[in-house]
Amino acid sequence: MANTILAILEQREGKLKKSSFETASVAAKIAKNLNLTVVVVAIGNDISNLEEVSNYGVSNVTHFKNNVLSNYSSSAYTKIITEYAKEISADYLITANTSFGKDLAPRVGIKLNAGCLVDCVKLDVQNNEVIATRPIYAGKALMETKLNSNIKLFTIRPNVFKPEENKVEYNLTTKNVDNPDTSTIVSEFKKAEGKLDVAEADIIVSGGRGLKSAEEFKLIEELADALGAAVGASRAVVDAGWRPHREQVGQTGKTVSPSLYVACGISGAIQHLAGMSSSKYIVAINKDKDAPIFGVADYGINGDVFEILPKLTEAIKLLD
Amino acid sequence: MKIAVCVSHVPDTATKINIAATGNEIDQTGVTYIINPYDEFAVEEALRTKEKEGGDTQVVVISVGNDANKETIRKALAMGVDSGILLKTENKMDSFGIAKALSEEIKSQGCELVFMGKQSVDFDNQIIPQMTSALLDYSCVSVVVEFKLEGQNITCEREIEGGKEVVSTKLPCIISAQKGLNEPRYASLKGIMAAKKKTIEEKPAVETENQTEIIGLKKPPAKAHGRILGTDSSAVPELVRLLREEAKVI
Ligand SMILES: Cc1cc2nc3c(=O)[nH]c(=O)nc-3n(C[C@H](O)[C@H](O)[C@H](O)COP(=O)(O)OP(=O)(O)OC[C@H]3O[C@@H](n4cnc5c(N)ncnc54)[C@H](O)[C@@H]3O)c2cc1C
Ligand SMILES: Nc1ncnc2c1ncn2[C@@H]1O[C@H](COP(=O)(O)O)[C@@H](O)[C@H]1O
Repeated sequence: MANTILAILEQREGKLKKSSFETASVAAKIAKNLNLTVVVVAIGNDISNLEEVSNYGVSNVTHFKNNVLSNYSSSAYTKIITEYAKEISADYLITANTSFGKDLAPRVGIKLNAGCLVDCVKLDVQNNEVIATRPIYAGKALMETKLNSNIKLFTIRPNVFKPEENKVEYNLTTKNVDNPDTSTIVSEFKKAEGKLDVAEADIIVSGGRGLKSAEEFKLIEELADALGAAVGASRAVVDAGWRPHREQVGQTGKTVSPSLYVACGISGAIQHLAGMSSSKYIVAINKDKDAPIFGVADYGINGDVFEILPKLTEAIKLLD
Repeated sequence: MKIAVCVSHVPDTATKINIAATGNEIDQTGVTYIINPYDEFAVEEALRTKEKEGGDTQVVVISVGNDANKETIRKALAMGVDSGILLKTENKMDSFGIAKALSEEIKSQGCELVFMGKQSVDFDNQIIPQMTSALLDYSCVSVVVEFKLEGQNITCEREIEGGKEVVSTKLPCIISAQKGLNEPRYASLKGIMAAKKKTIEEKPAVETENQTEIIGLKKPPAKAHGRILGTDSSAVPELVRLLREEAKVI
């Protein structure tokens, strides 16, 4: 039998996350290059869009089901994945480097004696080996690396690998889980009142100290609304209490790679750049023509945010 | 109760990173090192827990590395940690190796509660706390912004995309600290003086074969310098056009 790669999907509130399709698609691609069989696993109660995963080149899906498992439980999930990986003799495991994947993967790695390479932004197959590229020092350098363990586990940075559509057959196996080990379990999810999270958004509009006050951040919110974007912030404004920490982008905030990052009144300190310089397109609006943010921006306007932002929001609203 | 807090010694976040001639490590010229920023939250939470639990609760700081790590251990001692252990190695251990060395020491110290940072800002892995807990069969909650201990029961809030998860578990447990958990105290002059007198116990780290191999480091591709489209809102239409037609992102 061919060797096996196990792709671990993530559901939240009964729905697969977008990053799960990225995981499936990357697993299918590696499988093709290394001649592996792909097996996909998801844990949860009802998962409404599970079948959609077969749009991305993977057929064999196993769903471990129990109503207490609709919420994440590190103890139960680790045990289920570990036992299942052993049962199917998985040689490779892959999942997304989301809060879920980051928490789960290293535990499974230890239990399977598998090496872990996390937060990969590139996975290449060379001479029958997977060579991973991952950012280190907050993206100030890139490391090429590989695993020498028998079983190998990778997590991929969300939003970096575009899922490739390839509709295949869908074979679902549902397994009911008896008495899951819920010694550690999520009892409640407190949704943040903000709409979109910077870590998941495709467009981010971020503001810095140039906005002058918490109230003036409404200019950022309005542009974000018009673009369907998430609101981000520099540490200076988080420390000032203008914005919550979950919006902080940078080395000690979140690392983001959206398609578009709009930096308004942000100087572009090295710790801020660390969190956002891998964005596909960067727009900077800053009064200071020497601000380091212009060094990473694709397009810049060297002017006043208070004059430019309302006009930009207006122009975006006029687009169809 | 004995509480452990694990700290790493990392390049200052403002440091410019250059690749060494060997191609598989960073150039150390001019690089200054600090305590990993997230580990300050871990130290603070360990101290607060000690203060709350009272009695004979002790906090021990553990770091895996070479003599240079003593500076970071001392920083934790100056904040008020009782004792320090350096698990010494001259090898470049991977995360698995560090987790293994830490787990052996945590076991021999009999610590049932361990605080770590959520992430070491050098290799940005975010895996050692979870790995260590799996090696010890401890529970573990990562990226914690709120921590409560009542008897054996632990309730935490961990930050995830779009909100917070409320997690319940029990001792023995490893907590990885996220910014927002607390406001780390400054070391007082008295604390700094006292830290100088505390001895740092040194022992060889348990060595394990690395599972990961570094092939090489490189700088991220430099971005071609962007275009400045103007100095006021008259540049807005051109910006919108470029985002639509050239970048195709809106
Ligand atoms: C350990 C450590 C970790 C850190 N982690 C992070 C992190 O994760 N994220 C982060 O962001 N920072 C981080 N920092 C802080 C970082 O060094 C900077 O201090 C911070 O990013 C600055 O925020 P800012 O750009 O909003 O403010 P400033 O640097 O003050 O910049 C404000 C900018 O606004 C411009 N401006 C002012 N008025 C206007 C106007 N009317 N119109 C247009 N432009 C205007 C100015 O020209 C200036 O460029 C960290 C620092 C340390 C030491
Ligand atoms: N060399 C080390 N010695 C002691 N603790 C460490 C070491 N490296 C990492 N840690 C701990 O593990 C946490 C997460 O690190 P990492 O998984 O490497 O991102 C850090 O915040 C520290 O608390």
